[in-house]
Amino acid sequence: MSQITLEAKNITKYFIDPVKVKVLSDINFSVNQGDFVAITGKSGCGKSTLLYILSTMDTDYEGELLIDGTSMVNQKEPDLAKVRNEKIGFVFQFHYLLDEFTVLQNVMLPGLKLGKYPEKEVESRAMEKLKMLGIEALANKQASQISGGEKQRVAIARALINDPHIIMGDEPTGNLDHKNSEIVFDVFKKLAEEFKQTLLIVTHDQAFADRTHRIIMMEDGRII
Amino acid sequence: MNLTLIISIAKSLLLARFKQTLVAAAGVTFSITMFIALLSFMAGLNDLLDGLLLNRTPHVRLYNEVAASKTQPIELSELNKNGHNFIRSIKPKNKLMGIRNSSNIINTLRKDLRVLGVAPKIVIQAFYNVGETDLVGAINGIEVEEESRLFKFKDYVTTGNYRDLKNVANSIILGKGAAERMLATVGDNIQLTTSRGERVTLKVVGFFESGILELDKVQSYASVATTQKMIGESSSYVTDIQVKLKDITLAPLLSKEYAKLFEVEAVDIQTANSQFETGSFVRTLISYAVGVVLLIVAGFGIYNILNMMIYEKMNTIAILKATGFAGGDVQKIFMVIAISIGFFGGLAGLLFGFGLSAFIDQIPFKTASIPSVKTYPINYNPVFYVIGAVFSLITTFLAGWFPARKASKVDPVEIIRGK
Repeated sequence: MSQITLEAKNITKYFIDPVKVKVLSDINFSVNQGDFVAITGKSGCGKSTLLYILSTMDTDYEGELLIDGTSMVNQKEPDLAKVRNEKIGFVFQFHYLLDEFTVLQNVMLPGLKLGKYPEKEVESRAMEKLKMLGIEALANKQASQISGGEKQRVAIARALINDPHIIMGDEPTGNLDHKNSEIVFDVFKKLAEEFKQTLLIVTHDQAFADRTHRIIMMEDGRII
Repeated sequence: MNLTLIISIAKSLLLARFKQTLVAAAGVTFSITMFIALLSFMAGLNDLLDGLLLNRTPHVRLYNEVAASKTQPIELSELNKNGHNFIRSIKPKNKLMGIRNSSNIINTLRKDLRVLGVAPKIVIQAFYNVGETDLVGAINGIEVEEESRLFKFKDYVTTGNYRDLKNVANSIILGKGAAERMLATVGDNIQLTTSRGERVTLKVVGFFESGILELDKVQSYASVATTQKMIGESSSYVTDIQVKLKDITLAPLLSKEYAKLFEVEAVDIQTANSQFETGSFVRTLISYAVGVVLLIVAGFGIYNILNMMIYEKMNTIAILKATGFAGGDVQKIFMVIAISIGFFGGLAGLLFGFGLSAFIDQIPFKTASIPSVKTYPINYNPVFYVIGAVFSLITTFLAGWFPARKASKVDPVEIIRGK
């Protein structure tokens, strides 16, 4: 039944500077549509490095990456940006909202960039996402004026705005207290179970990983 | 859609650091203001200084030169027909200074469509008699109305009415310096001796100030008729025909044409006053150079501020890239920031520049040598404003280009992981 959303084939990466070190070797796995996957491992095992390759932002690797069956190797930078805009939603450890904008504008930006809907509709869709995450009251606040947990939920709303095929998270709960971590986890769980959203989360929080549907363990640049 | 989004992002980034933006724009505003004011003032001064001579100089002057005749009688002789004749100590023949057939020449010139106006003139030498001493003088016999229309004669008549020269018989307008030396006032009668030894009495109706002191000590003006009477010549006698053209650049060409056509000497303004153009050119060059330097300095200011902004906005750039903005989009955002600083700073600069010029225009500036000038001269040439606007956009574009390129090359992974 399930379709493959993301597939990694023989991905190998070296850090050149200061000495040549192999950080990822021969990574092979795929993520099906609707999967809720966690990548775990100790610090330095290469899990974040892998995520940035999968996210198309890091293009310096060997092997092949397929998103929706399309190879990302040798694609031009603007095309990769378009793929990120349209098919991938991001949630980072340090929330990374644009402080110059309001919460609502932050959520709307990738939608406006995509240009699939007129501005009014992007706005109502953004409000919808905020409502879904229970933070619609914050819509007109400046991004710099809300709390860390709230920021992370805004970042999730932003990741959702273009109905991405996959949401990637890099330690999305790593910088949050227990209560906020729970809230964020519940949001992910709800997305996975109610909306069949594909999720790929990098975390070193074992408790978090245990509650996902599938765990990919990494050690020394390999999947074990 | 994409462009409006880019502009709205640029606007938010600009407004978020409003003070910094203001400082950058103020740099552009200041340099454009100074550029406009400097050039307007310089051009005004140039016009003034050039006008000092060029306004009063005919574009083409026709006259007779005392010179040896080009064909000597021996050339007509049958002797030594095939050889060369060497003649020493040639003297000019006694030739009249008056232009032959002058009234026909004037009529022909007035019909020429390229000619703005023609003013005949008689220049004679005379002595001003002051008690026992005689002072050297030159009397210009002029056609008052034409001289005033074409060569702004009335601007230089500081005391008395220039029309009296025509309306009062046997009248004279004395050079200011000459009048001071003769202790003459308006209404006095003065005596002159012409070069032919005749004594004439003329009534002083005004004073003339050319701005060139030596000239004012010597020169005086009378009407053509009065001058002709002084030297006992007929009413067709003139020594100079002054021609003002519609297009000054045609002067060298037309002076040659007229010299051939009317068989007189002709000199054009460019040949007679070439040093003035050189002076104007160098002054203009210097003011442009200073203006461009001001703009370049402002450009470096923008470059610095944008560079700083990019370091501050690394996170913003990374997140824009992560959420699907390409490097080109980021570059456009920063170019829009740079160009809008240039545009608004430049626009304010043009307005302030106009204001500063208008202010300089009001500052009193009185000089004995230029009686018609009351305030500092300003030239409101729109070309300066166009150049200022174009330059402000070009410098900000260049100043924005390198930081914007740098921003487009920011690696989001490095920023996001590095924190």
